[in-house]
Amino acid sequence: MTKSPDKAEFDRAVQADTGTLAIEARDLVKRFDGTVAVDGVDISVPAGTIYGILGPNGAGKTTTLRMLLGIIDPDSGTRKVLGSENPHAIAHRIGYLPEERGLYPSMKAVDAIAFVGSLRGLPRAEGRERGRKLMEDYGFGHIADRQIRQMSKGQAQTVQLLSTLVHKPDLVVLDEPFSGLDAISQGRLEKLIRGLATEGTTVIFSTHVLAHAERLCERIAIIAGGKVPFEGLVSTARDRLPPQVHLETRNLDGPWRSALPTGAEPQVKSSGGALFDFSLTGEVEPLLAALIEGGAGIEALSIERAGLHDAFVAIAGEAAARALEEGTAEGDVK
Amino acid sequence: MTSRASRFWRSIFVIARRDYSAILFSRSFIFFLLGPLFPIVVIAMAGGIGASVSGQLQNPKLGIAMQAEDVDAFVAARDKLARTVPDTPEVVVVLRLKPGENVMTRSLLDRVKDGSPIVAILSGPLSNPKLTGAGGQIDRWEGPVTLIAAEAMRGDTTALPAVNMERTITAKADTARKRIRTAQASQTLLFLLTMLLAGMVMSNMVEEKANKIIEVLAAAVPMDAVFYGKLIAMLGVSLTGLAVWGVFLSPIAIVGAGLPTFAAPAVGWPLFLLFGLIYFSFAYLLLGSLFLTIGGLAATVREVQTLSMPATMLQLIVFFFASYALGAQGEPIEWVAIVFPLSSPYIMLARSAVDGALWPHFLAIVWQAFCVALIIKGGSTLFRKTVMKSGPAPAKRSILDRIRGKREPA
Repeated sequence: MTKSPDKAEFDRAVQADTGTLAIEARDLVKRFDGTVAVDGVDISVPAGTIYGILGPNGAGKTTTLRMLLGIIDPDSGTRKVLGSENPHAIAHRIGYLPEERGLYPSMKAVDAIAFVGSLRGLPRAEGRERGRKLMEDYGFGHIADRQIRQMSKGQAQTVQLLSTLVHKPDLVVLDEPFSGLDAISQGRLEKLIRGLATEGTTVIFSTHVLAHAERLCERIAIIAGGKVPFEGLVSTARDRLPPQVHLETRNLDGPWRSALPTGAEPQVKSSGGALFDFSLTGEVEPLLAALIEGGAGIEALSIERAGLHDAFVAIAGEAAARALEEGTAEGDVK
Repeated sequence: MTSRASRFWRSIFVIARRDYSAILFSRSFIFFLLGPLFPIVVIAMAGGIGASVSGQLQNPKLGIAMQAEDVDAFVAARDKLARTVPDTPEVVVVLRLKPGENVMTRSLLDRVKDGSPIVAILSGPLSNPKLTGAGGQIDRWEGPVTLIAAEAMRGDTTALPAVNMERTITAKADTARKRIRTAQASQTLLFLLTMLLAGMVMSNMVEEKANKIIEVLAAAVPMDAVFYGKLIAMLGVSLTGLAVWGVFLSPIAIVGAGLPTFAAPAVGWPLFLLFGLIYFSFAYLLLGSLFLTIGGLAATVREVQTLSMPATMLQLIVFFFASYALGAQGEPIEWVAIVFPLSSPYIMLARSAVDGALWPHFLAIVWQAFCVALIIKGGSTLFRKTVMKSGPAPAKRSILDRIRGKREPA
């Protein structure tokens, strides 16, 4: 299949930007009974990084991950995971935590971990040994021999997470990993993910909570309505919006006002000064010079880069952002 | 390639091992062991049908070759006593001899028995009749023939004539009839064993779906391997069950109490038992793969329960069809039963009891293995297409919706 000039350029840019790729997906399309669930998704996940797929519920995150893992096949497009076009062929190098968690209730925790490991090619005895070690390292050693049905939801979820890692995969795919966890467990999971990346493991996770992606990810894909309007560095996404300036002055007016962008209206303070909030459209140095030389009387000045949320709104649109917030409000801790 | 194949087989082994140990150490295995006690009614029913088939196929008759007046007297006496004397043979007049005329009964029997149900010849005068035929059969008829002959002579059954018994070494019809009993028994046993498994197979995928572990499996191993693993586990469970039953039944078999005796099958007992094992495996794999596919599409235990009844009906139909085909050897219906995958193991096992030819079994086994692979491939593909979708509330879609392809939110 011949690539369009845009796609080829995109590929070249990604290669230059990312080095070795753990996952390359181009133009993935998936329809369910005639309805397009994923529409031309491109994803490039550099090896050894933490990558986030962001989007509201129903955006196509899970379908995309399932295609990458070979659980379902794309209707069109290509995928290459750890250099292989057949994800099942390299299943032993992948760990996967699905969105809908589940283990056999009658299994003991170590057996459950060993079972998932054995599905990925790890001998059962070694799986049990590693499983016990993982449980102990995670502070769950005391429930290693407890049946899954006797555990709390959070404990079972953690066991499943550990089962994802027992065979020491090169790539870990986590679908909404923070969902259903309390704030403390989320913090531990973030630490675990960072630790994996430090050891060279590639981690890709989906989430509809931007804060996790903002804290963890180097690169993200924003997905909405089955399409990916943005794929790249988090900083690039944030740079799509100009920095936000918050300025407090002693004086209300003066020649320095002409340095402010059009539409930067003041809020008059009772003390006679003014507050301004505006987007920085140009360089910061000329603005500073104009304020100082024009006698604005700067009391406070902060310049902040746009947050991921603002970037998400700008990229995916208000509707997607609202859907994202509604999903977050349904029970996830930011 | 080798590595891929070995990974595939290892995946099957992992799934099978988990399922096997999970089932073996569960309460359902106890019920599985007790299962054979329940379908006794089915055995009786099947036995009734089988007897009817057997009767239609080879109801043995007694040929009469006597002087004309003795023939008439014997037939009349037989008709008179048939209502009161058990096991009265059906008779066919073969020869009406003139006075002083004799007959070579053995050669006559050889001439008439091919293509006819006549398995013995009654000859000689009524006062000293002679029964020529297979040992087992003429032994059963000795008593009734004595009574009928006495009745035919004088209507006085207190003076009984002595019947001369001339046993032939082989009696083709008799052997065939006994072998058919063996064939019917094997079919019935096969049916009962597979019927016990069907419900368990059908609900097999529901556990994974209910516990939401199916996606972990689907991501780690090919879905075909999941299907094969589950089927093999259930086959292992059933063979374990057979072994347990064998241990309990063997003392009864050794004592011989209450167990019917069966004629040696045409292929011999060792090969017949081997075929029994093979055809049981294929009967189970064929039906199991189909039921696993159907069960895989079911979202809830309730749906599986709803499907259980039609599934049992399907099994009964297949069994009755195979039983019927057994009575139609060489006819097109038998070939249909051989080619139709679900009935093929039943009819082929029965065939091995009555026909010594081996090559059809090799063809049938290859064909059945191909069908198993085909159903599993189709089932796993359908499963991936219809079940492994993202989005909420898959349980709200019925099986029919899935098969029709109604949309599920992505």
